[in-house]
Amino acid sequence: MSGILVIAEHRQGQLRPVSVEVIGAAVATREAGGERVTVAVLGATPATFVDALKLAGVDEIVTVQTANDAFDPDTYQAVAHALIEARKPSLVLLPHTIDTLGYAAPLAVKGNYGFTTDAFGLARDGEGWIATRSGYGQKVNMEIEFPGRATVVVTIRPGAFKAPDSAGAPEVSQFDAPAVTPRSQHISFEEPAASSDVDIPGAEFITSIGRGIGEETHVEQFRELASSLGATLGCSRPIADSGWLPKAHQVGQSGKTAANCKLYLALGISGSVQHMAGMKHVENIIAVNTDPEASIFSIAKYGIVGDIFDIAEELRGHF
Amino acid sequence: MKILVTIKQVASLDEDFELRDDDRDVEADFHVFDLNEWDHYALEEALRLKESGNSDAIEVVVVTVGPDRADEELRKCLAKGADRAIRVWSDDLEEADPIGIARALAVLARREAPDMIFAGVQASDHAYGATGMALAGLLDWPHAAVVAGLEYTPGAGTASARRELEGGAYANVTVQCPAVLTLQLGINTPRYASLRGIKQAASRPIETIAPDALGLPADETGKQGSLSRIRRVYVPELGRAQMIEGTPAEQAARLAGIIKEFRGEA
Repeated sequence: MSGILVIAEHRQGQLRPVSVEVIGAAVATREAGGERVTVAVLGATPATFVDALKLAGVDEIVTVQTANDAFDPDTYQAVAHALIEARKPSLVLLPHTIDTLGYAAPLAVKGNYGFTTDAFGLARDGEGWIATRSGYGQKVNMEIEFPGRATVVVTIRPGAFKAPDSAGAPEVSQFDAPAVTPRSQHISFEEPAASSDVDIPGAEFITSIGRGIGEETHVEQFRELASSLGATLGCSRPIADSGWLPKAHQVGQSGKTAANCKLYLALGISGSVQHMAGMKHVENIIAVNTDPEASIFSIAKYGIVGDIFDIAEELRGHF
Repeated sequence: MKILVTIKQVASLDEDFELRDDDRDVEADFHVFDLNEWDHYALEEALRLKESGNSDAIEVVVVTVGPDRADEELRKCLAKGADRAIRVWSDDLEEADPIGIARALAVLARREAPDMIFAGVQASDHAYGATGMALAGLLDWPHAAVVAGLEYTPGAGTASARRELEGGAYANVTVQCPAVLTLQLGINTPRYASLRGIKQAASRPIETIAPDALGLPADETGKQGSLSRIRRVYVPELGRAQMIEGTPAEQAARLAGIIKEFRGEA
């Protein structure tokens, strides 16, 4: 049992950036060249992704022809299982993404592989692997071990590892997919609703509101505040889920990434992993929250422990 | 017609919490328990299906794996309108990881033979995102994860699910039924329990059952049936924002200064 197997993820013809981060995790974790790093890519035309996967530290790229390009949990589970049984890797790394949530656990239980999820650290301990993940809403870190498991499957938190920064020259091979009769069928993709009045990815200054605003009637005063500050109004998931703001305002994993943001003012947002995925890269984050223990303060540059309504009221006087 | 909803009693931490002597968890005294946020949505979806047709025709059964104190969360579900509540437990399950929990749920699901199983996408405490789909794998049922919209007519052979993807996109899929679906926040607007419901739930029975009584072999119970083990828990060194102190007026003045500087006005 040796070697690290990575399974790449793509959607609508595009390799998802997290795939190369997971390759980065594999390359960073291999033991002084002793672990062979294999990257598998599944799809109707998997060869189209091969060039983008030729990264430094990758020894082999395996293409697996499947019936469809769109994700299907039964197909990914069956192919991953067959690859693991054929190659006997000691570690299998998958991105901790929506697609992987659909097949990683069934893969682990069917193969009785060691298994944990959303890891942001990996280490070797003798013959075994150790994964580090968060617990209790990110208040603690948990080191996870896998006693007696020859193969361990770990899903990797997006943004936790860097992609290899140079190209490599891995060998390329093919692997025959096992016969699969999928029990679900992909019908269509729905793109995010276009919004003419809000551009989260393009905004340089975002004022974002969270659960702390309390009630829908309070949205308007923060909309006005954002406008007077010259900021784009963003929000966290609960605000969009409640329908208080259109989804186009939502920052985070299932919303938009604040890609060009330089200043992010987070009002009443505690800072879930999913929200931070969309904004933690911003250089200047200012958080206002009544809870001094809120996770958002661990990534903010400036923090104000206080009532967002009081601060907003005072702030208005300056603009 | 029966819908099984799996729920979890989650723990958040008191301020100034302490770790256990073996460093493998937080000292239990510092746990604050609640029903997992996602489970409100999973239960609501089941209750909506129940109410959409002939309500006598659909039984909504909530199940959990946990010690006595988890009854409190089951009662919250009964108060909202669940028909029955079942708790699986033995001390052997104490060290179960999400897969170990799923094995206990799977033997119960086989006994109950539901037409559909709903679980939350993840739990708000440890966020493994694994239990529901592990249950699907153990039952060998069709499955879909992170479902943010569902069209399903009880008894139908397929369901249409709208899976929430990254970046504001969705994938529409059809899934053969019975199926295990993990449901995402926002799929519906969960109801609150009525006072009457809460009162009635207090006296409703909760079935408790041991995993061996359900036929779960000892070598699949708890840590034996787990695929991971917590080796160590520690408090990470986190970054810390530079705190702006003072009265709200002073704090806001400083904040205004930072914003004006950013805008090139200061």
